[in-house]
Amino acid sequence: MTFRNYSIILMPILSSFVIFMIWFGLGQNMVQERVEKDGYTVEEAEGARKAVLPYPNEILTALTIHRTDLLQATSNTFSTAILGFLAAVIGGYGISLLFSSSLLLKQATYPWILVLQMTPVIILSPILVIWLGPGQRATALITFLIGFFPVVANSTQGLISTNKDLLDLFTISNASKWQEIALLRVPNSMPYFLTGMKIAGTLAPVGAIAGDIFAGTSASGSAGLGFMIMVYISSAQVPALFATAILACTLGFVFVCGVNVIHWLALKNWHDSYGEAEQ
Amino acid sequence: MVEIRDLSKRYGKGPQILDSINLEVMHEEFISFLGPSGCGKSTLLKTLCGLINSSSGSVKIKGKSPDEARADCGFVFQDANLLPWLCVQQNAELSLKIRGVPKSLRREKSEALLKLVGLSESKEKFPRQLSGGMRMRVSIARALATSPSILLLDEPFASLDEMRRNRLNEDLLRIRNQDLFTAFYVTHSVGEALFLSSRVVILSSNPGRIHTIIDVPFEYPRTAALRESSAYLDLLVKTTHSLREVTVE
Ligand SMILES: Nc1ncnc2c1ncn2[C@@H]1O[C@H](COP(=O)(O)OP(=O)(O)O)[C@@H](O)[C@H]1O
Ligand SMILES: [Mg+2]
Repeated sequence: MTFRNYSIILMPILSSFVIFMIWFGLGQNMVQERVEKDGYTVEEAEGARKAVLPYPNEILTALTIHRTDLLQATSNTFSTAILGFLAAVIGGYGISLLFSSSLLLKQATYPWILVLQMTPVIILSPILVIWLGPGQRATALITFLIGFFPVVANSTQGLISTNKDLLDLFTISNASKWQEIALLRVPNSMPYFLTGMKIAGTLAPVGAIAGDIFAGTSASGSAGLGFMIMVYISSAQVPALFATAILACTLGFVFVCGVNVIHWLALKNWHDSYGEAEQ
Repeated sequence: MVEIRDLSKRYGKGPQILDSINLEVMHEEFISFLGPSGCGKSTLLKTLCGLINSSSGSVKIKGKSPDEARADCGFVFQDANLLPWLCVQQNAELSLKIRGVPKSLRREKSEALLKLVGLSESKEKFPRQLSGGMRMRVSIARALATSPSILLLDEPFASLDEMRRNRLNEDLLRIRNQDLFTAFYVTHSVGEALFLSSRVVILSSNPGRIHTIIDVPFEYPRTAALRESSAYLDLLVKTTHSLREVTVE
């Protein structure tokens, strides 16, 4: 029962405390400077400070005030992120399956996927909005575009990097091409695919929020967190902006945990990193 | 049983790897190949089961070409090469599954084989939970699942320590006693080759040719005591000398 046993809990508490102290300190400093140098009243100075650096309690208040809008937006962004993520994972794996079975198709398509990947989504987004109109379809497509390349790249790698001896074993057993894919290549590609999935899952909330900044709309309650950010920026509601950030962070956390759990469940039986040999 | 006639092999336009190999093997034989690294031992084994095509000459297995006879071969690699996502039993059944053998028959066969290799207790474990020797046993069970009449083994126990290797050698002979197959066995260990084989083929390299064939006269079934007999030790010395002749420094 030494300090080390508890340090994993104590140290984050300590660091939070330090961060809050700095936070309040900066705020107080700001107020003081306004009052002393610019001749503001304390009230005016507090208002100015709040528009730049709201305190945590003010952010929580904003969160409560705007909870209906913000929770709706979070839920919208969540469903968009899920949609784009699933499309990226399923579509990405499907494409890499096609690639692994046809070299010609891969040679014809891969350069285009690379081009698409290298074009910043920020630039593609307005074009997609022009084509599809604003709304969830465009946002989900943007999320898909961000997440799908890591899935394709990793899965393709996994599907083609199969142990040569095992391929020989399948040949000796007169396995069909289909059996080789289903019984060997696909399971072999799982760790690679799941790595790609993890990246896609980490990127999905980012994609959904960034996409929503361009393609979001307030029509029929479909605004997402990206749209809310734009609303709060244009109306200078800084505490609400911070509240939005908290929800975005929570969303990201949920996604990262989710994909990590899936990763662990899928590989716990056979991946070396999740267990030790008995002897 | 197996007839190798003037077998030669070169990969593409590369150097001659195997040069006029001639060998006739009877059904009950256990053949070991000894020779320096890179002399073409693996190439020879793979040619026997049609994984590699010969450049010239022919291989006949029960009168058939290696491609036709492939299904009658089992292959054990240097690495156990188990599928990490399948448990021991599923790994042992893999070749049967590929061949579309119904599940109940597969179970029956794999149960018997796992018992034979001493892994009945571990059939639900995953490869990462096994020691190197146990993995190799599963690999052997997998190769024997289809009851092949020819078993090809490419340095199967090379990565195991000597005690384990000796145990597995004894077990391999015991298994073969129950279910006779023709064995082709590649190894770097002279002792192992003599203990297991009815004939030891020593290959020279660049190109790979048959240098000597040594008859091993000991009766099967053989036991661990054989390793201490003077006849065995004499043959060990003789074979080591022959092997030295083909080993270029
Ligand atoms: N697929 C291949 N393509 C070209 N050369 C090969 C191939 N496989 C083996 N070789 C060459 O053939 C020679 C014999 O290889 P191998 O049969 O593996 O020898 P051994 O098993 O006796 O060590 C080596 O020189 C190796 O480089
Ligand atoms: Mg070899």
